[in-house]
Amino acid sequence: MDLFEYQGRDLFERHGLPVLGGGVAETPQEARAIAERLGGKVVVKAQVKVGGRGKAGGVKLADGADEAEARATDILGMDIKGHTVHKVMLAETADIKEEYYFSYLLDRANRTFLCIASVAGGMEIETVAEEQPDRVAKIAIDASKGVDEAKAREIVAAAQYPAEVADQIVDIAVKLWQAFVAEDATLVEVNPLAKVGDGRVLLLDAKITLDENAGFRHPDHEALVDQSAVDPLEQAAKAKNLNYVKLDGEVGIIGNGAGLVMSTLDVVAYAGEQHGDVKPANFLDIGGGASAQVMANGLEIVLGDPAVKSVFVNVFGGITACDEVANGIIQALALLTERGETVTKPLVVRLDGNNAEAGRAILDGANNPLVERVDTMDGAAARAAELAAAGK
Amino acid sequence: MAIWLTKDSKVIVQGMTGSEGSKHTRRMLAAGTNVVGGVNPRKAGTTVDFDGTALPVFASVSEAIKETGADVSVIFVPPAFTKAAVLEAIDAEIPLAVVITEGVPVQDSASFWAYNVDRGQKTRIIGPNCPGIASPGASNAGIIPADITPGGRIGLVSKSGTLTYQLMYELRDFGFSTAVGIGGDPIIGTTHIDALKAFQDDPDTDAIVMIGEIGGDAEERAAEFIKANVTKPVVGYIAGFTAPPGKTMGHAGAIISGSAGTADAKKSALEAAGVKVGKTPSETARLMREVMS
Repeated sequence: MDLFEYQGRDLFERHGLPVLGGGVAETPQEARAIAERLGGKVVVKAQVKVGGRGKAGGVKLADGADEAEARATDILGMDIKGHTVHKVMLAETADIKEEYYFSYLLDRANRTFLCIASVAGGMEIETVAEEQPDRVAKIAIDASKGVDEAKAREIVAAAQYPAEVADQIVDIAVKLWQAFVAEDATLVEVNPLAKVGDGRVLLLDAKITLDENAGFRHPDHEALVDQSAVDPLEQAAKAKNLNYVKLDGEVGIIGNGAGLVMSTLDVVAYAGEQHGDVKPANFLDIGGGASAQVMANGLEIVLGDPAVKSVFVNVFGGITACDEVANGIIQALALLTERGETVTKPLVVRLDGNNAEAGRAILDGANNPLVERVDTMDGAAARAAELAAAGK
Repeated sequence: MAIWLTKDSKVIVQGMTGSEGSKHTRRMLAAGTNVVGGVNPRKAGTTVDFDGTALPVFASVSEAIKETGADVSVIFVPPAFTKAAVLEAIDAEIPLAVVITEGVPVQDSASFWAYNVDRGQKTRIIGPNCPGIASPGASNAGIIPADITPGGRIGLVSKSGTLTYQLMYELRDFGFSTAVGIGGDPIIGTTHIDALKAFQDDPDTDAIVMIGEIGGDAEERAAEFIKANVTKPVVGYIAGFTAPPGKTMGHAGAIISGSAGTADAKKSALEAAGVKVGKTPSETARLMREVMS
């Protein structure tokens, strides 16, 4: 889960890291109140989870509460690269003398964590790494030892931060690591980490990703989810414990196992190239069990998407036998009828693996005009794409 | 023969008394796996009956090793307790720990991996978030269905469980030496490269299927390894060509970050290393048929 900047600022403050005073507003009136509280000049920043908001006009200076209210009025509701601005953060301004870069992140390749530190901040670190690679230090962090003062000094030396800010950055590096661990983050990026006029070093931006798998030990993280950005179908699926991602096509997809479902999306997209350019409408993994209940919940979500014109149910019977899956599909359709849903969209079902013959016989025996059986994944994908194209 | 898991492997189950653990212990026994006991400190000293096979419950992994000579542990404990279970397995120096659990925090995985490295890597960790390892006809440690295919001479390594089953099924007339599901998490104990190396060295494996998916650059690194070290034919498949960036597709590690981790980049890297990459699972199976016949 990616956090907004204001949530990151709050998190840093909670962990004793030096940040500027600030607050978040959803209306110009709230922005005014925060500006009054902060006093003097403030910066009004669009809260969107996408880069380049400054260039898009989403970051403005304001002198006093009147101007802050006016700038918030301008920015709220703006569209930045497809993201609507629902919130602005107001923060004190700083007299920035130097800008640095600092981050901790997951290093998948080395199965540990990495610190990236640079004296060149305020711009994309990827650009710095390309143009001035000698100004970007990458330091591996041993997950069992973490970052203590000695490690922090190693980082500061490698990054070649100026001597007059070294002690402050050592302290920040240690506390930031503690926050990274305590919050189960997979990324904390501070850009810029800035030296201001009075000599202090402050964290002036925050890009944080938290590990959703660690949610069980962070009940407070649930409140950080941005409900306005969650697709209603994704929300409904989550409430039913389904692993669903909304996409932009017409062929609804239900399958078992993340890899098989990803593969199904690809095969449907290839088939769509021959059939009216239809695409997969969603990712939905109903998992290994695939009971009638779960199948019904999945079908309900997928059929609830008005863009869906046909559904492809792609199940490989591994632990679950295909006869159980076939019964699940038939029962699911009956369950939906009981729930008052009228199912009119065609389903293409491919069953393979454990007890496939028995499963196919059950589907044939049910004789449901909406259910069509195709026994290969490629063939079924083509048929589902064809039906979706016809329904467009 | 096979890699890492043979008919002589003695398997214990951490979490054997839980619902998933007991269900799959029964299945492993039915597949002919030599399961010799389970671990649960609260139920130590009792036995659990699995259709006539009474398995002892031990207080710790080290006690289980001492009493039974176990050399493989399959871990089915919930995510909150997985790190402790893996640390215990590492402390006991069990040669192979297979971590089935899905939803383990990545800092926990990084932590037990670092601990394993500090202790000299005496334990091979497979997973977490994986279906386990199966050497058909010999032994089965995890949740891979045992009856898909008989033993044979194809080796398989995959991030995905169901795609593993799909390919095993499509190539069941050839059979498999070993299939290893390495899992779909960002940090995993055994990589594609580890499995490729073991298959290359295994006299009973003739060809290798490698299945990858979006996220990270493990497949790209595997491609480099293949180019330099693997002389046996490798056929590849990558899932997630149509996945949008920034969205996690089921597996915690299956996410395209910016322009990194795309299926296209992985496919190109593998093809540059001489690996034939199938566009669909069935085309992948067809490519392997050509290799084997």
